[in-house]
Amino acid sequence: MKMGRTFRSLFRECDQYNIPLMQCPQFLFVIMGTLIVATMISIYALGTQFFSDPYLIVMVVCGITAILFIMSFVITRSFERLAEANRLKSEFVSIVSHQLRAPLSNLGWAIDFVMSGRAGRVQKEQTAYFQILKENSSRMQELVNDLLSVSRIEQGTFPFEKKPFSMTELVNDVVEEYRSLVRAANIDLKVNTQGKGMVNSDPQKIRQVISNLLDNAIKYAWKDDEENRHNRRVKMSVIERKKDVRFEIEDSGVGIPERDQKHIFQKFFRSGSVQQHDTQGSGLGLYIAKSIIEKADGRIGFESEESKGSKFWFVLPVKNK
Amino acid sequence: MIMQKILFIEDESALQKMFGDALFQEGYEVVSALDGEIGLRLAKEKQPDLILLDLIIPKYHGLEVLEKLKSDESTSEIPVVVLTNSEDMTDVQKALELGATTFLLKASYDLDDVLDKIKQTLNELE
Repeated sequence: MKMGRTFRSLFRECDQYNIPLMQCPQFLFVIMGTLIVATMISIYALGTQFFSDPYLIVMVVCGITAILFIMSFVITRSFERLAEANRLKSEFVSIVSHQLRAPLSNLGWAIDFVMSGRAGRVQKEQTAYFQILKENSSRMQELVNDLLSVSRIEQGTFPFEKKPFSMTELVNDVVEEYRSLVRAANIDLKVNTQGKGMVNSDPQKIRQVISNLLDNAIKYAWKDDEENRHNRRVKMSVIERKKDVRFEIEDSGVGIPERDQKHIFQKFFRSGSVQQHDTQGSGLGLYIAKSIIEKADGRIGFESEESKGSKFWFVLPVKNK
Repeated sequence: MIMQKILFIEDESALQKMFGDALFQEGYEVVSALDGEIGLRLAKEKQPDLILLDLIIPKYHGLEVLEKLKSDESTSEIPVVVLTNSEDMTDVQKALELGATTFLLKASYDLDDVLDKIKQTLNELE
């Protein structure tokens, strides 16, 4: 009983920090130790058959075992420290973001309050400056929200509530929300859906992914050449298949250079091709999108060619009937 | 015409002032409470038509205030709109279980959205 409890408590920390068993330093130490001892016993057993002096073999085997044990202990300890440092970093981000959130929403509301004329008439020249304040406070809020999502993903506390919903309806909803932005950006947006595309997932989180991909497609749907200035296209599709529902979004934009493609889902990474035109953005959107799709037991990927455009896609398992 | 009364339990005085002014301009009478204890007392004394409640407040946690409001006969029928920065799913579930009418996350709503939600809740009651 007592041994069982000790064994379980050994891995409790990994469980707490959401580290899988195969990456848990304590578990790896136990496995490595067992392997070292088993290997040394085997070497000793074999050695005694071929060498005349067993004491010498015992000494050598014990010496090597002790060295390997110490080495594996040191390695696992450093793993533990890295995991602890990572956890502290995530907690720090989470605390800071939470503390920033309240004053930022107050700031946004105060700007709304003044801009609405509730605190007195606002002059035309002042409106433009209040607009700048509003846009910047919204940007800060978005960044804080993204940082909070990242810290929750890393701490394994990202909320995810599954329920059945139609991907087609969700995509149409998002498109409706973006309609005015699409018009303002002079983009030809086409939506092609096949079937209802019923899935069992978190609609709010999947909406976040679709919005992020659409946002990127609109932002980067342009090219520099004059010829394509009036030919900005974005195409979205929902395809119902036997075992899954596939969502695709294709743009005719700047594309992703080959050298950047393997980093595109990394945290804080921004492709060189987009930075040339747009210096804003945290580089967290695609990282969050990938984490959400993985949490939904789906897959996400893309195909892209520089200056020709990108196609991002994800698949989610269909709702079990 | 009798003005509908809203009790706002929130410890940030800046928000109290802003919402107080905005709601007054919308035609509501606003009663302010800066902590849970005062909030509970004012809810009994003033019998507001709606309570706007933050969760992170001094004296009592917002959920405790909600529980006490709902377990007291004199205040149990008053609709409570929770307006907070806490995104903790357990807080959301607990608040709804305890009888909150709506749960609004401050960061997700503009000022006008919150005012609309309040109006909507009060209109539904009429």
